[in-house]
Amino acid sequence: MLQSIPLDWYLILSAVLFVIGVIGVITRRNAIIIFMSLELMLNAVNLTMVAFSAFLGDVAGQIFVFFVMAVAAAEAAVGLAIVLALFRKKQTVYVDEVNLMKW
Amino acid sequence: MQPFDLVGSLPLIVIWLALGAVGIVIQAFVRNTKLVFGYYAGTLAVTGTLAALTSYHKTTAFQHMITVGGYANYFDVLFCAAGLMTMLAARPYLQRSESEYDEFYTLLVSAVSGMILMAHSNNLVVTFVGVELMSISFYVMAGFFKMQERSVEAALKYFLLGAFASGFLVYGMALLYGATGSLDYVDIGLAAHGGTLRFPLLLAAGAVLMTIGLSFKVAAFPFHQWAPDVYEGSPTAVTAFMSTAGKAAAFSAFIPIIMAVMPVGAGAAAAAYAPQLQMVLAIIAAITMLVGNISAIAQTNVKRMLAYSSIAHAGYLMMGLVSGSADGAAGILFYVTSYVFMQIGAFVIVGLVEKADGTNVMLDDYRGLGKRQPLLAGLMAVFMFSLAGIPPFAGFFGKYLLFLSAIEAGFTWLTIVAVVSSVISVYFYLGMVVKMYFQEAEHATEPAPTGMAGITLAVATIAVVVLGVLPSLLLNIYRTW
Repeated sequence: MLQSIPLDWYLILSAVLFVIGVIGVITRRNAIIIFMSLELMLNAVNLTMVAFSAFLGDVAGQIFVFFVMAVAAAEAAVGLAIVLALFRKKQTVYVDEVNLMKW
Repeated sequence: MQPFDLVGSLPLIVIWLALGAVGIVIQAFVRNTKLVFGYYAGTLAVTGTLAALTSYHKTTAFQHMITVGGYANYFDVLFCAAGLMTMLAARPYLQRSESEYDEFYTLLVSAVSGMILMAHSNNLVVTFVGVELMSISFYVMAGFFKMQERSVEAALKYFLLGAFASGFLVYGMALLYGATGSLDYVDIGLAAHGGTLRFPLLLAAGAVLMTIGLSFKVAAFPFHQWAPDVYEGSPTAVTAFMSTAGKAAAFSAFIPIIMAVMPVGAGAAAAAYAPQLQMVLAIIAAITMLVGNISAIAQTNVKRMLAYSSIAHAGYLMMGLVSGSADGAAGILFYVTSYVFMQIGAFVIVGLVEKADGTNVMLDDYRGLGKRQPLLAGLMAVFMFSLAGIPPFAGFFGKYLLFLSAIEAGFTWLTIVAVVSSVISVYFYLGMVVKMYFQEAEHATEPAPTGMAGITLAVATIAVVVLGVLPSLLLNIYRTW
């Protein structure tokens, strides 16, 4: 008989995923990779939300996840468009080469 | 759903129908910038008027998802006014740069609709959607001059750091949800204050993460580094809008979260870490205003200087959050209102002096402006005096209210820091005035004709002077809630 996984494990997993995302955003130079790390952060949050939702027996957390996914999709559309505009202008997607103004 | 739900939510319903249902259809079939401009200006005017008319009744609507009336409607009117003023100033500005596209007005109204949602929010989901609706519109607006490298660079930086902060914000929300078992502000507040928590540690962690996310949106230390770059690179009309209305919107979301959700100030004795959270906010506020004002001194670019000054103003505004009292909230409301008018006014003048290619924004370019353009320079001086907090302008009284609320909350040291940093700020605000009046220009360039931006400047000047002389006009409104 399979025992149910305790809530803590989900929380630890999502915290680890979130931290991996944060480290990716801080250390990577490629805008696309930074972008992927951002998505990882949001998905870590989704995991937290779903775990709490199941634990509390409350559906609101799962509804929140739908909104987070919709917003992530909107952010992806705008973000990729901005990266594309940057590439057209400068032929690069490396953020450390985007330094016209002091960072 | 009670019938009043619809009446009280009219401003929200009108702006979304006008934006999402009618506006999109008009823009799909008609390519007429003048029509689109008029349509969206009308939308903002109608929304603002409805918000003012329905503010008498304070309740919640849609199963407590949003609050209507009072505080929220006050912010609606402020956002619509800021949006209208920006639209009027943006039209001639964009035309000079030959990049007036209809979408600018769509994005602006979409950002306003997000701000309205933030001000009305009574639920974490609504706050999140509002923040993102505003932010995503701003990302696009920052990069609106897509042929200018600076503008694209500003958009990229804003997007990456903004999305990063959103991640923290939403993670904080998830932890708050887990700790209290609800997304509703009232329920979360009850759980936080009453001590019926499953995981007290998660509540503290969630509160800290949400503070980080919102600190980014208001550009507070240590999450302020994006602001100078983004404000400098973005088109000046966009900077005018997002540095004022965007900051006001972030505070409109911050206040209910601090008052109801995070246990700060009176009535929060149940939570053992309330004093720590208050102290953290106080330290953030103190460092923010010092960093903003000291960095502003070293700037040679006017937009960058105003960006650092807007960071410092976020610090002043956070003093109201530290006190966590009704007085502190009233101080924030008053100061953010006067800040919107004086900062939009200053940026509109920067936009008028700026050339079509985005140059002529250095401090030295303002030398001798007092002789060449007496009226423009005079108005700029008024806005500078008001930003510096010199009476009789609105900025003075707003600072007075905020300082008072901090002293009442027992944070005298914070007020001393604030006064010192205000004195520092006088140096560069008055330095601007000295440049305009007491220095000779090496090369004279004529500012652009004001056009409709004149209306914005007139409204901003009148508001700054009237609010400075008769602050009770607004303070009496706050008392009725």
